[in-house]
Amino acid sequence: MLEQYLGDYITVAVFLAAGGILVGVGLIVAGLIRPNNPSKVKSEIYECGIEPIGDGWSQTHIRYYIFALLFLIFDVEAVFIFPWALKVETFANAGMGGYILIEMFVFIGILLLGLVYAIRKGVLKWE
Amino acid sequence: MFFAVTVGDWLGEVENWVFAVLAIAMVYAAIRVVTTKNVVHAALFLVIALGGSAAIFLLLGAEFVAWTVVMVYIGAVIVLFLFGIMITRAPLGYETKLSHPRRVRIGAALASGALFLLIGGAMLDAFGDDPVPAAIDPTRTSDIGQSIFERFVIPFEVVSFVLLAALIGGIVIARQDPTVEEEEVLQ
Amino acid sequence: MIINQFLLLGAALFSIGVYGVLSRRNAVLVLLSVELMLAAVNINMVAFDRLNQDVMAGGQVFALFIIAVAAAEVGIGIAIVLLIFRNRRSANVDELDLMKL
Repeated sequence: MLEQYLGDYITVAVFLAAGGILVGVGLIVAGLIRPNNPSKVKSEIYECGIEPIGDGWSQTHIRYYIFALLFLIFDVEAVFIFPWALKVETFANAGMGGYILIEMFVFIGILLLGLVYAIRKGVLKWE
Repeated sequence: MFFAVTVGDWLGEVENWVFAVLAIAMVYAAIRVVTTKNVVHAALFLVIALGGSAAIFLLLGAEFVAWTVVMVYIGAVIVLFLFGIMITRAPLGYETKLSHPRRVRIGAALASGALFLLIGGAMLDAFGDDPVPAAIDPTRTSDIGQSIFERFVIPFEVVSFVLLAALIGGIVIARQDPTVEEEEVLQ
Repeated sequence: MIINQFLLLGAALFSIGVYGVLSRRNAVLVLLSVELMLAAVNINMVAFDRLNQDVMAGGQVFALFIIAVAAAEVGIGIAIVLLIFRNRRSANVDELDLMKL
């Protein structure tokens, strides 16, 4: 029932609140008792003792993007595997085990084509 | 009037308090996404808005969709956005405005405000104060599996084609073209 | 809980997303606003699913499909932005006027 289910999530909310309070109280207490005398040199970025030039931003290499894209695609694939894994047994008991197995193999097979393409194009090599 | 439910009744339910907090946080975060002057802050405020939508799904009893939003959107899509932001960063000393001039922004605000009134009015007109049925079970993940693998098999397989197209398309578009020597090594 | 509170929240997020698409100049921020609109659509999908008490959970399954398609859209969208940035050194939508005479 929905009531029971929302009640279960109150536990999660209490844990989240407890974590937040723990961190918050720690930070506030630390802020109250620590000495505070900032200076210009102190708040500079530390870079092996050399004075920093420019700002902390720099352009990232485009190679990272392709790895993030691969991660995204296979993340979505993983999401669809969870409900599948919960249903395999039910389907197998109903005599449709082969059907649901082929469904998932087709799904994964199609996405593996993409991985094969990525490997053949050499985008997974890190030189 | 559309509403037979009074504000007092509405505030009597604990779920509605949770909803109100989430809704205010989400709308604030969404407004910051479209108005902030810092690109990275825009992506991080989108995390708050999407996290709020995941909490709303939990409130509605759609557990699996909620955790999918956390996994796919907050876990992967935002990472992709952050990489996109960091790669398309303008070269040093080249400052650029993130939004159109004020004239365009006012027009956009008017258009989106009118859109909100239109959609909101239609929703109020159509559904009034219909309650969400309270005595329903939250959807179990296995129910969703049952539905996907029996009723929605074809859309499910088509999704894999969409993802394949996105993967190959993304690689083809974003890949640095290899130099002649690299091409020879690959052959 | 009444159904309209979810629908109005969805409408508000969608309108804010529309504002973002129209008013943002940086292409990555336009894509962020599109994500906001898709999240609003998902809220409506799940709310209607609960309203209709669908046995097939059709609204939730389609919310999942929307998430998958949105992931594909982001992948391609940002790749296109990166390509444009590489060729034009700019990710601003109003500077992409090659097709204008």
